[in-house]
Amino acid sequence: MLTYTIRRLILAIPTLLFISFIIFLIVKLSPSDPTAGLPLTIPPEVREQIRQSLGVNDPILIQYFKWLKLMLWDEPLHLLEGWTGLNVAPDGARIISYQTRSPVMELIMQRMPQTLWVVGTSYIVGILIALPLGIISAYKQYSIFDQVGTFVSMVGFSVPTFFTGVLFIVIFAVNLGWFPSVYNTTHVVTDWPSFVVQVKQIIMPVMVLGLYNASQISRYMRASMLDNLNQDYVRTARAKGLNEKVVVLVHVLRNSMIPVVTVIALNIPAVFGGAIITEQVFKVNGIGQLLIIAIQGGDVPVVQTVSFIFAVLIVLFNLLADVLYGVLDPRIRYD
Amino acid sequence: MTDNADRPNQPLHGAGATPAGAAPVMEFESYRAPRNQWWDVWDQFKTHKGALFGLGFFIFTLLFVFVGPLIWTLDSQFIDIRARNAGPSWAHPMGTDQLGRDTLARMMAGGQTSIAVGLTAMLLALFLGTLIGVMAGYFRRIDGLLMRMTDLFLALPLLPLLLVIIMLYRDNLRAAFGPEGGIFVLIVVVIGATSWMQTARVVRGDVLAIKEREFVLAARSIGTPSHRMITRHLLPNVMSPIMVSATLGIANAIITESALSFLGLGFPSDFPTWGRLLFDATDWLTQNPERVIWPGLAISLTVLSVNYIGDGLRDALDPRIRGR
Repeated sequence: MLTYTIRRLILAIPTLLFISFIIFLIVKLSPSDPTAGLPLTIPPEVREQIRQSLGVNDPILIQYFKWLKLMLWDEPLHLLEGWTGLNVAPDGARIISYQTRSPVMELIMQRMPQTLWVVGTSYIVGILIALPLGIISAYKQYSIFDQVGTFVSMVGFSVPTFFTGVLFIVIFAVNLGWFPSVYNTTHVVTDWPSFVVQVKQIIMPVMVLGLYNASQISRYMRASMLDNLNQDYVRTARAKGLNEKVVVLVHVLRNSMIPVVTVIALNIPAVFGGAIITEQVFKVNGIGQLLIIAIQGGDVPVVQTVSFIFAVLIVLFNLLADVLYGVLDPRIRYD
Repeated sequence: MTDNADRPNQPLHGAGATPAGAAPVMEFESYRAPRNQWWDVWDQFKTHKGALFGLGFFIFTLLFVFVGPLIWTLDSQFIDIRARNAGPSWAHPMGTDQLGRDTLARMMAGGQTSIAVGLTAMLLALFLGTLIGVMAGYFRRIDGLLMRMTDLFLALPLLPLLLVIIMLYRDNLRAAFGPEGGIFVLIVVVIGATSWMQTARVVRGDVLAIKEREFVLAARSIGTPSHRMITRHLLPNVMSPIMVSATLGIANAIITESALSFLGLGFPSDFPTWGRLLFDATDWLTQNPERVIWPGLAISLTVLSVNYIGDGLRDALDPRIRGR
């Protein structure tokens, strides 16, 4: 198992290098100009000097390796210093945003908590809804509950989050006036009333993303439970007189969770991607919104960094899912 | 399901599909006319209520979108500023937008684009996926390379990349193909080129399995060249997974296009799609909340019906379930 994990880790390096190169190239080969957003009164020769100072005119490969070194070595150290307070960050150049002239990592660190809060809570809510739904649906297959449950999860799976989000706003913010439609990130929780305000403003984005995730996971949960419920070991467990609760919730559930856990891990990067849209709907100033603003402003370094972070997340969680599968299911041995 | 006339006998289910006249015990069977495999598929498909309903709704959507404009002849671009922000009435059953353009006509025009994008992007993804899947499964030498490439594509952060590509290359293509054509080509190519991976994996798996069967050996022993081997023997047998991916591909493409339009990076505002209509309506949530409902419902119901068709097809095309 350990050798397998190490081998997969080593294999992840060329994948990440390749993705980083693609991200770098797509943005580099594009016709966008970092000085396009500056006032037209700047004379052309000054404009050229600005481009020079941003390093846009160097050969592509040099720019790539410079960027890669910053991306993979300097910036993670800055991130570490920001989190732990250790003095490990190197001096020297950083990846600077064209728009704000501040290091990209700092922008990301400012935006990360909001995204993590919304995405994290919604994923947990989604899992909490999905697991019981899937278990009961499978245990009472073809019952009313199962049919309603599968229909609802099919609907939740098909309705895009940008529609559910807007629909929620129309119903709960415009018509009923229960919740605010905009997520206020400057709000600080100090006492009970402010906590209530926080719950009120987070409930809509969390439910929108959570219901979407729940419908996906519950389909997997139901299918996996159904696979296991007809197995011989279930009959054995019943035959030796275990009560139904133990059979279903201990024997069957533990085995059915194996594929579901990997699906949960595999879906995490997709949830971050989906958060781009939800953040846009509810005006949460997280990573997704940073990306959209950067794309609209032609802010190449921010776009590259955020895309690369998404890529790292995908590779990391793919790896995690593979390893988890081997750990949870002893029948699977990779080496 | 329509191109069954020129299909060769299905080796996969050959025993069940051809009349069993050879065996004297089964004499009763020999009176039954030879039946195409796709009729069995259709019989199984019919038993899935959701799938049938989905198919019905999808056909209704197609009619609404492509035949509807012939009946509801109001121009989707016609500006009637005095009737702006109107609610539903007999003149405008779905109301009007902030410039007085008829929402029903815009829904039809928008649906044409959305469904056209969905179908073309799906066809492109299917073509790429099948090509790469068959190549990787059939030719052992390039298998590793193609599958590594598939893995790499699966690891790309798709939504951010789609946004970046569209933002960066939109103006060039607009200059080359015109404002609408350019963005159409760009969105179709970008969605198609980033959603072929699942098809490729499934097709490769099936090709690997079919390649080891006796009828392929027989075909090879009479000297069938590779290209005919693929088109005559392998492709007809991997139709099932391809058709299921096709339905999922339509749903995926429609949602992706709407998401891009919703983020303001899709089609321009005067060239409506369902996603764009939804995006434009969000600015008028307090005045005209019902405006977001129509495009949202259209997207959701179309995707739902397509997903149900996919579910039904998956069951109908699975020979282990069919005939039980």
